Amino acid sequence: MPEYPLAEKSPEILKTPSGLAFAEITLDAVLEGKVRMEDLRVTAEALELQAQVADAAGRRQLGENLRRAAELVVVPEEQILKIYQALRPGRASRAELLGLAAELEREFGARRCAELIREAAG
Amino acid sequence: MHQSKRFQARAGRDINKDSYIREWPETGLILFHSPCDPLPQIRVHAGRVVELDGTPEAQFDILDRFIARRAIDPAVAEAAMAMDSREIARMLVDITTPRAEIVRLFSGLTPAKIMQVVDCLNVVEMMMALQKMRARRTPSNQAHVTNKKENPALLAADAAEAVERGFAELETTVGVARYAPFNAMAVLVGSQTGRGTALTQCAVEESLGLRLALLGLTTYAETLSVYGTAQAFHDGDDSPWSKAFLASAYASRGIKVRFTSGTGSEALMGHSEGKSMIYLEARCLMAIKGAGSQGVQNGSISCIALPESLPGGVRGVLAENLIAELLDLELASGNDAMASHSQIRKAAKLMLQFLPGTDFIFSGYSSMPREDNLFGGGNFDAEDLDDYNVLQRDMLADGGLRPVREAEVLAVRRRAAGAIQAVFDELGLPPIGTEEVEAAVAARSSADMPDRDVVADLEAAERFLREGRDGVDVIRALARRGFADIAEKILAIQRLRVSGDYLQTSSVVLPGPRVLSAVNDPNEYRGPGTGYQLSAERLREIADLPQAPDPRTIGQAGAAGESLHLEETGAAAPGTDRREIVVAVGPAFGSALDSTLLGLPHRQVLQALVEGIEREQMKARVIKIYATSDCGFIGHAGACLSGSGISIGIQSKGTTVIHRQDLEPLNNLELFPQAPNLTLESYRVIGRNAAKYAKGEPVLPVPIQIDNMARLKYIVKTTILHLRETEQVRPDKPAQELRYA
Repeated sequence: MPEYPLAEKSPEILKTPSGLAFAEITLDAVLEGKVRMEDLRVTAEALELQAQVADAAGRRQLGENLRRAAELVVVPEEQILKIYQALRPGRASRAELLGLAAELEREFGARRCAELIREAAG
Repeated sequence: MHQSKRFQARAGRDINKDSYIREWPETGLILFHSPCDPLPQIRVHAGRVVELDGTPEAQFDILDRFIARRAIDPAVAEAAMAMDSREIARMLVDITTPRAEIVRLFSGLTPAKIMQVVDCLNVVEMMMALQKMRARRTPSNQAHVTNKKENPALLAADAAEAVERGFAELETTVGVARYAPFNAMAVLVGSQTGRGTALTQCAVEESLGLRLALLGLTTYAETLSVYGTAQAFHDGDDSPWSKAFLASAYASRGIKVRFTSGTGSEALMGHSEGKSMIYLEARCLMAIKGAGSQGVQNGSISCIALPESLPGGVRGVLAENLIAELLDLELASGNDAMASHSQIRKAAKLMLQFLPGTDFIFSGYSSMPREDNLFGGGNFDAEDLDDYNVLQRDMLADGGLRPVREAEVLAVRRRAAGAIQAVFDELGLPPIGTEEVEAAVAARSSADMPDRDVVADLEAAERFLREGRDGVDVIRALARRGFADIAEKILAIQRLRVSGDYLQTSSVVLPGPRVLSAVNDPNEYRGPGTGYQLSAERLREIADLPQAPDPRTIGQAGAAGESLHLEETGAAAPGTDRREIVVAVGPAFGSALDSTLLGLPHRQVLQALVEGIEREQMKARVIKIYATSDCGFIGHAGACLSGSGISIGIQSKGTTVIHRQDLEPLNNLELFPQAPNLTLESYRVIGRNAAKYAKGEPVLPVPIQIDNMARLKYIVKTTILHLRETEQVRPDKPAQELRYA
C-alpha cells in the first residue's frame, strides 16, 4: 500500500484520467490549455488505493464506498443522475431498478454499484 | 402579570423567550427511552443479521434492512451486544481503553443498544468521551459565508477573511438558486486569497450541487440528509440507497462528502413513530456509516430548538455528537442554527463541543452578521468573533480560529474582492465596480453594498453554466490578471482531487496544500499529555489578542499631562497644631506616578483635598510615606504625625482613607476603596469630612456608589499602578515633610 497522503508522499504514482502525471499539472500547463477541468479528476486506480488506505484504518464501509466510486469514474454524469433519480422513493419499479443494475454491470463492470441497486430494489 | 417585581423582571429575560415543553413520548418529543423504543437485541445467523432490536428480518423497514446489511459487523455483533451497557459506557471514559477498541465494539452494536450505552453517561463524561473519540487529532472549524444581496465581491472578501481567521471549510448557499455558480466561484476565489486555504461547498439541490463540484467550483458537499424513520426518509425524497449511491457519485469525481442528520427532524416531520430522538438519531448515524460516508454534520442542526425545549435536550444533542464519533465518523458538530435567545444558554451549550474539540466545532459559524446568513442560522456570528477568540485564550482550547489584526483583514479582503472583480471582467460577466470592491473591503454587512443588476447577474450565471465555464476558466482569468498566486492555489486544491486524499475521514487541507485527516493525524487520546496538544506556536497565536497590550506599557508617568512639583524638606516630626490635618501620600505620588487610576492628575487631587480641608478652616500638612504602599498603613502613619490626630491617606492610584491616630491601622473612619468612583468633588468632600472629624463636628459620610463593573474594568491597571507604588517603598526611610506646587 502506498504511503498516505498520496499527493504528498507518492505523487509519482498519480495520474490524471487523461494520463498526465501529477507533476505535469501546473499553472503553465493550464494556461497552455494542456490541462482542462476533465483532467482534474480522480482515477479508479487512485480510488482503489484510497479504499486500501480506508480498509487499513479499519473503515470497511468507507472502503466499499470508494470502490463503488471507482466503478463510477467512467460512468457519465447523466447516467449517474438517472440512477440516483431512480433510487429515490416511488420513482422506479423493482424491474426498472434491476434493469438499471444490469445495465451498469454490463456496460461498466460496476458490480458493487449494481449490488447496491439490487439491494434497494428489495 | 406577576405580583413579584423580581418574577416580572425575570419574565422579560432572553431565556424566557425560548420555548419549553414537557415530554410527549408518543409524538417523539422525548430525548431518550420512549416507551415505543425497542429493547436492544440482535440475532446473527450464518453471518447475517436476521433480527435487529426485536424486529425479525421479514419485518425490517428500509432503515433496518440497510443497517443490518451494511452498518453492523456480524462478526462482532453478538459478543458486543452481550456486554453490559454500563460496562461499555465506562470504557468510553476509561483512558486505558484505546479508541480503536471502542470503534470495533460499536461496529457490532444496534441502535437501541447504542442509545442505552450513551445514556449511562452524564454530560462531563460525554465530553471526556468526545475528546477521546474524535477521529482527527487536530480540531477545526467551518464557516458559513453568504449574504442577502448575493454580492460576489462581498462573498469573496468574507471568504478570504474567514480563511484568514482559521476556518478550514467554507459553506455558502443561495437565496436565488440561479446564483449558485457565482456564489460558489466567489467563495472559491476568496478561500484561496490569503495565507491559508480551505475546502468550499455550495449548498443547493443535489444535481446542481454535483454539477458545481464537477465544474471545479466547489470541493465538498454536505447536503446528503438522512432520517431515522422510513416515512421521514420518504418525505425527504430519498432512501438510504439513493444517498449511498450519491455519496459514491461524489467520491467518483474526487469530491469530499459529509452527510447530515440530527435529532428532532422526524418529530418535526410528524413521522417519529413515537420513538425517542436519540434512538432515531442512532439509526440515522448507522445508515450514514453503512452508506460509507466518511462523516456527518449533526447536533440537531436546524431543529436544535426542538430538543432544547425538552428536559435533557442539550445533553441529548451532545449524545448524538458522541454517537457519530463512536461510529468512527467525521463530526461537524452543529452549533450553526439559533439555539437560544439567551447568551448564557448559547455559550453554555457551545462549551460541550468547544472544550472537548470536534472535527468541526461548528458546522457553520456565521462569519458575517447573522442578518446576512442565508441558512437562517448564525447562532454565533461575525460580531461574536472576539468573544470566541477570548474563550479560546481563556480555556487554552483550540477552537480552530485565530485573532487577527484589522490591517491584515483589510488587505486580504481587498485582494479577494479585486480578484473576483478581475475574474468577472475577464469572463465577460456583469462588471464589479471599484466602489463595489471598496465597499466589500469595509462592509459590516450587505446593507453597506451597492445594489447589483440582479437580472443581468442571473442571466450571466445561467449563461456561465450553459457555456460550460468551469474552474479552469477561473484559474486562467486570475493568472492573466495578476492574481497568479490565487490561481496557483485554486489549481493546487483542484489537483488534490486527482489523488483522492481528502476523501479519507475528517480531511482538511492545510497550506501547501497538505491534507490532514484521521489517517495521518489520528486521535490517539489516552489521558493527560496525550492526544491533541497546543504547540508553542499555536499557544502564542491563541494568546495574541490585538486588544491585549504589554502590561509594561501601562501606568507610565507622564500620562497626566501636568506634573506636581513636590519638594521633600526633611523627616516629618509629630505635629502639635490641633488644627492640622495630615494628607499622607503614597511613595509614588507625584513622582513615579502622576495620576490616579481614573487619570486624575495628582496635582488636582491634592488641590481638591487641601481645598476641602481649608473650607473648614483647618490646615493641610502634606507628608509622603515611604515605609508602605498600603492605603490603611499610609493613612495611619499620617494620623500618627497629625497634630489633630486625623489624616487622609491616599495611594497614588487614588484609593483614599480617613484615619485617626487611635485606630488600628486597618480600621478607619471612612474608606473609599473604589478609586474609579472618586471625582475631584469627592476628594473635596473627603477633605471637608476629615476636617470635621478633627473639629469633633457631626459628619455625614461621603455617599458610596456601587459600581459592580469597577473592579472588572480596573483590576489590571490597579494591579500595575500598585506594583509601581510598591516599587517605591523604602522601609527604612522616614516619612518626609512635603512642600508642593
